[in-house]
This record gives sequence, structure tokens and C-alpha cells, in this order.
Amino acid sequence: MSSVVKDTHHDEHPSGIMRWITTTNHKDIGTLYLWFAMIMFFIGGLMALVIRSELFQPGLQFVDPQFFNSMTTMHALVMIFGVVMPAFTGLANWMIPIMIGGPDMALPRMNNWSFWIMPFAFSMLLSTLWMDGGAPAGGWTLYPPLSLQTGDAFPFLIFAIHFMGLSSIMGAINIVATILNMRAPGMTLMKMPLFVWTWLITAFLLIAVMPVLAGGVTMLLTDKFFGTSFFNAAGGGDPVMFQHIFWFFGHPEVYILILPSFGVVSAIIPTFARKPLFGYSSMVYATASIAFLSFIVWAHHMFTVGMPLAGEVFFMFATMLIAVPTGVKVFNWVTTMWKGAMTFETPMLFAIGFIVMFTIGGFSGLMLAITPADFQYHDTYFVVAHFHYVLVPGSIFAIMAACYFWLPKWTGNMYPETLGKIHFWLSTFFVNLTFFPMHFVGLAGMPRRIPDYSLQFADYNMIASIGAFGFGFAQLIFLYLIIKTIKGGSKATDQVWEGAEGLEWTLSSPPPYHSFSTPPVIK
Amino acid sequence: MFLIKNLILFITLMANFSLANAGWLDLNMTEGVTDISQEVFGLHMLILWICVVIGVLVFGAMFWSILMHRKSKGVTPATFHESTSLEFLWTIVPFVILIGMAVPATKTLIKMYDHSDSEIHIKITGYQWLWQYEYLNTNVSFYSKLSTPYDEIYNKSTKNVNYLQEVDKELIVPVNKKIRFLLTSNDVLHAWWVPDLALKKDAIPGYINEMSVVINEPGIYRGRCAELCGRHHGFMPIVIKAVEEKEYEEWLANAEKAKTSDVAKINK
Repeated sequence: MSSVVKDTHHDEHPSGIMRWITTTNHKDIGTLYLWFAMIMFFIGGLMALVIRSELFQPGLQFVDPQFFNSMTTMHALVMIFGVVMPAFTGLANWMIPIMIGGPDMALPRMNNWSFWIMPFAFSMLLSTLWMDGGAPAGGWTLYPPLSLQTGDAFPFLIFAIHFMGLSSIMGAINIVATILNMRAPGMTLMKMPLFVWTWLITAFLLIAVMPVLAGGVTMLLTDKFFGTSFFNAAGGGDPVMFQHIFWFFGHPEVYILILPSFGVVSAIIPTFARKPLFGYSSMVYATASIAFLSFIVWAHHMFTVGMPLAGEVFFMFATMLIAVPTGVKVFNWVTTMWKGAMTFETPMLFAIGFIVMFTIGGFSGLMLAITPADFQYHDTYFVVAHFHYVLVPGSIFAIMAACYFWLPKWTGNMYPETLGKIHFWLSTFFVNLTFFPMHFVGLAGMPRRIPDYSLQFADYNMIASIGAFGFGFAQLIFLYLIIKTIKGGSKATDQVWEGAEGLEWTLSSPPPYHSFSTPPVIK
Repeated sequence: MFLIKNLILFITLMANFSLANAGWLDLNMTEGVTDISQEVFGLHMLILWICVVIGVLVFGAMFWSILMHRKSKGVTPATFHESTSLEFLWTIVPFVILIGMAVPATKTLIKMYDHSDSEIHIKITGYQWLWQYEYLNTNVSFYSKLSTPYDEIYNKSTKNVNYLQEVDKELIVPVNKKIRFLLTSNDVLHAWWVPDLALKKDAIPGYINEMSVVINEPGIYRGRCAELCGRHHGFMPIVIKAVEEKEYEEWLANAEKAKTSDVAKINK
């Protein structure tokens, strides 16, 4: 049954640009977040291509090393805070109220504000590219004392991070409030789709750690401008303390970037396997365990700072433990596929690609947890390969899977399936061509964040650069496909996918501007 | 078209490597020339193979499922969706495997942290962008920085085989003696890394970090700064020359003498 809601005066909204500026509608705000992420994806991607161009051959060809460092720094900040986080927040905005049978987000005006902070934060961050002393070039990890050598860009960088943090915290509070208060009668916590569960846990992580980052960068700011010595050894401060503060934020942050993808994949695999998700409750507990563990493993990013032996051993063991709940998730997905009746539409392809390549990233993560071996891996391209495997064919593939999965619902039009599949296969081929050789150069001894390298690394760097350009151009297909689907296409049914289950598929495609003004009945 | 072009390029490139300079060693972690570095290599290979086996099993099951359990084969989907014993099993088994990895890793780590009975002590200080080496209890100390000419970096002349991994003054150490390095920095963070010795540690202002090594074979070992330290981070290599003990003693005596006469000249 599709609940067609009669138009009410609530459906009126200003047209044109004012609709988007003043909107408090969760679907509009979700769309804004997703488009913002798309724009940033191409900006961050361009930066990656600058990096890969310079690394195509040994020697300095295109950019100054300082600008190269700015590119690695800004690429990371843009991709993390400007692409993956807003894209997942956009998906949350669109889908969570619908999935729990609520009419909208719990705090719609704050929702508007949390989005509209982002363009200002990123204008500020990107404007540093034209400032004296260049954009921040000390790495996205902002380790002092190097980050304190940043020029005019420094306060802009810090305030941009403050704004992104504000936006994330408000978004997270909104999501928690929505999930805990807006569920339709009968939608108990253990009936919620996993996407909602993973986002609930992610939101708590955000609320817990974004203030820690804000505190850390504020201490940097006062060290730079107000004569404090939090991290200045000469003044009695401790440069390593920053790393502890940063990674206490940073490690939960990497789970913030991946947990919602687990939710997306847990929605897609059962749909196209036409079989219920295996081990729903163990998936919930595994997500919660990963979230808990994320708070006690931070120093594995710092194995080489010279921690005492006991510290190294503790963080090694705690980190290895994460493999257990992560393994449970992968096993559950594979068992969900087992004896299903699968079809392989684009969302399913991206979800399967996610499982395979995220697991490869998980394996290298396990290797990195082994402290003695980490001394050889740390700060090399092996690490670059590792985290790009979990973030690109991990988080980004999950976001793309989600877009293909829900695009017919959002727009009412089917996307061109063949083109979607071409996009998947090109992306998969090139993403591996880019990142797999990085394992090899890393093991062979190439440090990360260098603009030039010695000759033994040349071959694989050339391959990686070719892969990066291929991957970049393949994403233009994605952009084209989305615009084309928004403009038209064969009409999607309400159900869209044969095996789809959940409240979003009971609404019309596209759903009415306000959905579930009266709560649906939950079986 | 684009894809095909890339594919052709890729295949040509791959063919080139196998003919030219490739080999398993280029793709893998270096085994190194110390007992510990070889243990680290062993750990790396152990975990790698465990991951490969798990990967083959998990992906094998998945691809089997993808091949066999597809709708186009006319199968009806099963409906099972939970099993406490399975969940228990795949929590416990990985846990046991992890313990199997943790035990040897911890043993190696404990060895790496044992700096006792060191005979030679060298203090390393990181600067933007060079290294200073001080042989403690002697008067020998010097700076060591990149010696690759700018023309090579800016592609004006052909790059020599040690491009970006050559220095004006190498660190000379003896083989078969325990050497303790004390590591600090005078400006930003650096990290001193020589893969062949499995040594990597951050150089941090205000801190003195410790590491120790016994080198088994004479030779020249090359490493680099591994912690982002600014514009020339990619241009501060490390070169260590490990020599027989006698040669080291001679070198040190000469260096001390040279230093003394330098100081005497200045004082005149």
C-alpha cells in the first residue's frame, strides 16, 4: 500500500533559491547535504589528481613541495569533513525519519542551520589556498610544532574546523533526538533498520569526540597567538599530548566514517539476496562493540612516538580486538547472501565491492595493529593503501551504493542500469589500480606525504597515478547519471526493488514532501 | 576507449617490470640485516598468510554464493536469519587466532625494547631538513644532509641510482655491536627510519627516544625521514655504513683526531 498524503498547506514552500535557504524539510536538507558532498568530492578529487600528477614520475615536475603538502592536507580535510561526513548526514536526513515512520527530523530549524554552516566553513577552508604562506601544509592531523608554522591560513583553518565540528555536533544531536523521539508506535529499538542503528551509534561517537577535536585545535590556536605552551616543549609543554588528544578524536572519527556504511550495506544485501539479514541483533551488538573499542585504541596511530612498552602492548591488543566484531559483520553479510536468490543491480554490485575491498582494508588494518611490524609500516604508503581501501571502496562505495539504492525512491525515476554497472566496474578496476600498488611501495620503503621519491618506487607510482585519473574520470559518469535520473527516466514503482522491505518502500516514489504525518502501522 | 588505452598501457608496464627490475623483494617488506628485523619480517609474513587464508575462505564462500545462489538459476531464497551457535563460533575462532598472533608479536616487541648492554651510544637530532649525529663519549659529531644535486631533482640531468637516498656524510657504525640511538629534534617532529634495521622512531622536541640495534652484516643501508616535517620532508635521507669493528675503531680515532686539531686551530 502506498500512503498518498493529501496536499496540505504544509506542502507550500518558497520556490527557487529561497526554498533551499529557508527549508526545514528533512528531504530538502538531505538533498542539500548530498549535493554539497558531491561538489566537495570533485574538489577533493582534483587535489588528489594534483598529488598523483606530481608523483607520476620521480623528480619535481608540477608543483612546489610546500604546495604538494597543502594538497595532501586539504585533500584529507575536504574528503573527510566535506564528503564522507556530509554524505552520510544527507543519507541520514533523507532516510532516518522515513525509516522510523516519523514525520521529519526532531529539530528541523537546527537541521537547516547545521547544513548551512558547512558552505561557510568550507569557503573559509578553501580560501586559505590563496593566502600568504599557502594553505595548511602540516597534514590533516595538524601535529605541532609543524602545524604552528602555517602562515596566514592558520586561524582560518582552526575556525573552519570549529564550524565543521559545530555542524556535526548539531547534526548528531538532531539524529539522536529523532531516533529516540520520533519513532512510529510499535517501532521498537530492535525493530529499527540497521542503517538507523549504525547512525544512532555514530551520532553518539560524534557528540563524544568532536568537542575533543575542538579543544585540541583551540589549544593550537592559543599556542600560536596567545603565548600558551600546551604543545611547546621549550615552554614546558608536550608536543605528544596533541597527538593523544587528536587521536582520541581521530580514531572514533574513522568509525564515524565507516559505521553508517555498515548500515547501508546491511540494507542492500538482504534486498538483493531476497533473504532477511542474518544475525540482526549480533550486528547491533557488533556495531556497539566497535564503537566502544574505538575509544581505547587511539594510540595505535602513535606506536613510534616512544610510548612505554606497556602502552604499546595494551594498544596492540585492544586494536587487534576490533577484528572480532568487524569479522562478525562480514560473516553475517556473507551468510545473508548464502542460499539467497541474488540479483546484481548496481547497488548490490557496490555493496559486494564494499564487502570485498573493505575486508582487504581490514586485513591490512590487522597487520598494522602488530606493533613490531607497524614500526616498518608506520607513515609509509602501506598505511595510505590501508586507509584508502577502507575509505574509498569502503565508505565512498557504500555512499554510492546508497545513492543507487534510494535514487529511484528519491526521484521517482529509475537510473540507467547499464550505465550504473559501467560506473561500478570502472570504479572498481581503477580504485584497485590506484591503491593496490601502494601496498607494495609502502612495504618497499616509500614514506607517505613526500612529493618526490627515489627510483625504486617509480613503476608502481606511475600505475597508481594512471589508476587515480581513471577513477576520477569514472566519477563523471556518476554525476551525469544522477542528473539524468533527476531529470527523467522510466518511472519507478513504490516498491522499486523486488526484495525491498522497510517503511521507505511503502511511500510513493518520489515520496510526498511531508511523509508519515500520521504514523504508519508497524507489524 | 579510455579504458582500453589504459589497459594496454598497464599491461605494457607490467611486462616491463617483470623483464626489468622486478622481483618479489621489490614488492615486500625488507628482511633486513638484524635478528630483530628478520623476526619482524617473519611476523609480517605470518599475519599476511593468516589474512590470505581467511580471505580465501570468506571470499570463497561469498563467490560460491554469488555463482550458485542467484535468482537467474531459479533458486528459492532460504529464510534462515539467525544462529547463536554460528555467531558464537565466529566470535571465538577469530579471538583464538588473534591470540596466536599476539604472543609472538609481544615477544618481538619486548626484545625491541631491551636497550641494555649497549656499547656504542649515538645521539641523533632532527632538523628541518637534515640530521645531526653525535657519538657520545667522544668529540665526534657531524651533520648529514641530502647530496643529490638540484639539477637531478628538477629533471635537468639524469638521476643517479641513489637519487634522493644519498648524503654528504654517512653515519658509520660497527657490525656485531649493540648500538643505542638517542633521538630528539630541534624544531618539528621527524622520524628516523632505516627499513633494513627495522628501526623507526619519532624525533620529538623535548623528548629523548631510545632504540637499539645489532647489525649482522657490513653494508650501506638507506632510510628516510618518515614523519611529515615541512617543505623538504621528502629530501632528508639517512645513510648508514656498517663496517667491521676494526675499521670503525680506526675511523673513529681519525675523526676524533681531526676534530681535536680543528678545535685547536679555532682556539689559536
